[in-house]
Amino acid sequence: MKKIVILAIVACAFPLAMHALDQGFYISFATRVLIYAMAAASLNLVLGYGGMVSFGHAAFFGAGAYIVGILTFEGVTSAWITWPAAVAVAALAALVIGALSLRTRGVYFIMITLAFAQMMYYIFVSMKAYGGDDGLSLPRRSSLGFGVDLRNDFAWYYVVLFLLMIILYLLHRLVHSRFGRVIEAIRENETRAAAIGYPVYRYRLACFVISGAIAGLAGALIANQTSYVSPAILHWVQSGTLMIMVILGGVGRFWGGPVGAAVLLTLEEVFSGSKLLGPYALHWQLPVGAILLAVVLFAPRGIAGAFAKRPQ
Amino acid sequence: MSGILFLEQSLNSLQFGLMLFLLAAGLTLVFGIMDMINLAHGSLYMIGAYLMAELVTQTGSFWVALPLALVATALVGAALEVSLLRTLYERDHLTQVLATFAIILIANEAVRMIWGPQSIMLNAPAGLTGPVQLPGGMQYASYRLAIIGVGVLVALVLYFLVTKTRVGMLVRAGASNREMAVAMGVNIRRLFTAVFALGAALCALAGALLGPILAVQVGMGENILILAFVVIVIGGIGSIRGAFVGSLLVGLVDTMGRALLPIAFAKMFPPQVASNLGPALSSIMIYVLMAAVLFLRPQGLFPARG
Amino acid sequence: MAVDGVTLEVAAGEVHALIGPNGAGKTTLIGQISGSVGADSGEIRFLDRDITRLPSHQRVAAGLARSYQITSIFKRFSVLENLALAVQARSGSSFSFWRPLAQEAALFDEARSIADQVGLSHKIASSGLSLAHGEQRALEVGLALATRPKLVLLDEPMAGMGPEDARRTIELIGRIRAQVTVLLVEHDMDAVFRLADRISVMVAGRLIATDSPEEIRMNEEVRKAYLGDELAA
Repeated sequence: MKKIVILAIVACAFPLAMHALDQGFYISFATRVLIYAMAAASLNLVLGYGGMVSFGHAAFFGAGAYIVGILTFEGVTSAWITWPAAVAVAALAALVIGALSLRTRGVYFIMITLAFAQMMYYIFVSMKAYGGDDGLSLPRRSSLGFGVDLRNDFAWYYVVLFLLMIILYLLHRLVHSRFGRVIEAIRENETRAAAIGYPVYRYRLACFVISGAIAGLAGALIANQTSYVSPAILHWVQSGTLMIMVILGGVGRFWGGPVGAAVLLTLEEVFSGSKLLGPYALHWQLPVGAILLAVVLFAPRGIAGAFAKRPQ
Repeated sequence: MSGILFLEQSLNSLQFGLMLFLLAAGLTLVFGIMDMINLAHGSLYMIGAYLMAELVTQTGSFWVALPLALVATALVGAALEVSLLRTLYERDHLTQVLATFAIILIANEAVRMIWGPQSIMLNAPAGLTGPVQLPGGMQYASYRLAIIGVGVLVALVLYFLVTKTRVGMLVRAGASNREMAVAMGVNIRRLFTAVFALGAALCALAGALLGPILAVQVGMGENILILAFVVIVIGGIGSIRGAFVGSLLVGLVDTMGRALLPIAFAKMFPPQVASNLGPALSSIMIYVLMAAVLFLRPQGLFPARG
Repeated sequence: MAVDGVTLEVAAGEVHALIGPNGAGKTTLIGQISGSVGADSGEIRFLDRDITRLPSHQRVAAGLARSYQITSIFKRFSVLENLALAVQARSGSSFSFWRPLAQEAALFDEARSIADQVGLSHKIASSGLSLAHGEQRALEVGLALATRPKLVLLDEPMAGMGPEDARRTIELIGRIRAQVTVLLVEHDMDAVFRLADRISVMVAGRLIATDSPEEIRMNEEVRKAYLGDELAA
């Protein structure tokens, strides 16, 4: 509990500190980390806790982003409309995709979630009216009302931080509830879970939908962050990036998503801006790939896992 | 729609399908025998194309460069297998996905470092740059026709290799029952490395041949990789025959879909709708096909596993 | 065929043993009854209800439970958590996302009493992974009992057990027979003849006899096919 309070204080103080140090850019960077922390946490729910290797998570992230993008482009700028809409559409997509995919197992599940994500990618690519391949610029960030101007980096940071804290709190309650326990049991031993009376499919689907909904919210936020959406957000490589974050951070560990997002994005920032690497800084993906490989091969419990107590 | 257009699209389908087969064959063997999901398979295709372009520049000859590129990529594949991928055979699928995904990142960056971010030139060999007259009065690119020829030849050789030789029998045994193959005293390690190197060479062939038609650029592997996975899911994991049929099917659905659907839609819907809907639907056709196969016959059309 | 033309009837309140050589199809039959394995033809009736088409989890709700021949527990959960999970399954909906599970004392109390019943109280906090073989088998049975079934299918509960553990398991089954009907698949003839009200014998997928233990002991066909000289002594 104490650790969380300290973390919250640091998170709240961060932009003030950066502003004081005249490093305003890092406020925007930190906001991006917070958004990806939410997206990665949503994937961790379905991947880490649920044991479902979904390679199409970017579909929900991107769908949320596009809903905000399209609505804003069409003149609907109120966050109170566009953000819930993003969550609803992402949840609906997760319901449909999950209902079909969860009838399969193992590698087929991985492949079919991948396929569905690609389908969504191509659907958005084909929407010429909304930019197609080139993507869509948002005329402005969503408006929240109450005198809060989200174009201000400070205000934007705190709004995102607030939402992330709520989501993490909800996830915390979820994983410690009856539902959370059943989801983990199904991951541990699906046959036995069914044999003691749990309708496995229904639980998995519910988990999948909740996870997709949260990803949709993160997508709504990322659209605002960059004021730009493009089909690249839905590409399966983006799904892979989210998975990397979860693995780096610790799959199945509560803080795995946020930690992984922070680590990966920081690495990216450090490597690509590094004076040490000189002209090679452009190729930051290479050391990142190498680190990921090392983590996967030698430290599968990830960073959060390395700090956790061993189960007895 | 005119007969000529139909014939042209059919040939395009065949050409695309056969090249897809080269990738799918290696992928399905690795997956079937070693039970490993290898996302880096697309990277071998990319490396093959890049090496080919480089060797053509160095040697000045397409036909000299081609076998060299195949051998070089096969060596890269073998090196990768022996050093890294071997440790993944016993791990779970998620670990394999992530590790090979990491390899994609590393490979993409390495290629970018060596050749730069722009796509590079790879030209069709002199002598095959012009069109050829086909019966019926239509013209078709001679290079594409050559690709079809090579593709059919390789398919026949693979078929012969897998069904009529001892090595092929071992490979098929391994695909359907790994434990049995080990029990039979097969040197599994060497067999795996050989299968992997062969797969790499096939990827390189596809990359080298498709280079003049598609762009040789970083990330070219990812796009075609996912199609290859769709093929092996449809065809049946571990089955060469399945990979062949699956590739042709996917080539057909994709090429024909892209050509025919927009035309069909233009007749039925207003142009605004048709121009958006047509390309979207044709892109997703393959995935719809895969989803259908997964539901109706999840083990694929020609399952290798007993 | 794994199971060929079997007609088996288990009477309420009895301990009915199912014996036969390996590969006779006993586990397959258990799977068919519990719903994990399909049947090409035939009908399964439970408490006057045709359950042939019901999925596993609904058969559990109807009062049917099974334990596994090859231990299938939740290895990374503790014994308490394992049993609580089973209790949780039949006490209200688990589509509950908000209330902390840790607050549900009733669930854990009942889990503790089941642990007591199967003799695992001393290991209640240990993970499934850390249990000895005999203790894992006891947890197996405990999981089946935790769903408070009317009929429990025990698939070789004493598999791989030493004499001490086997004795305890025989006592356990002796204790629970008052509350639950038992269909017991076993190779341990000592246990079978001590516990069973009736015995059915399966050979090569077919049911060759159903009778009281004494009759079975003297049945020629059974002796030839399975018991042999084992029980001549």
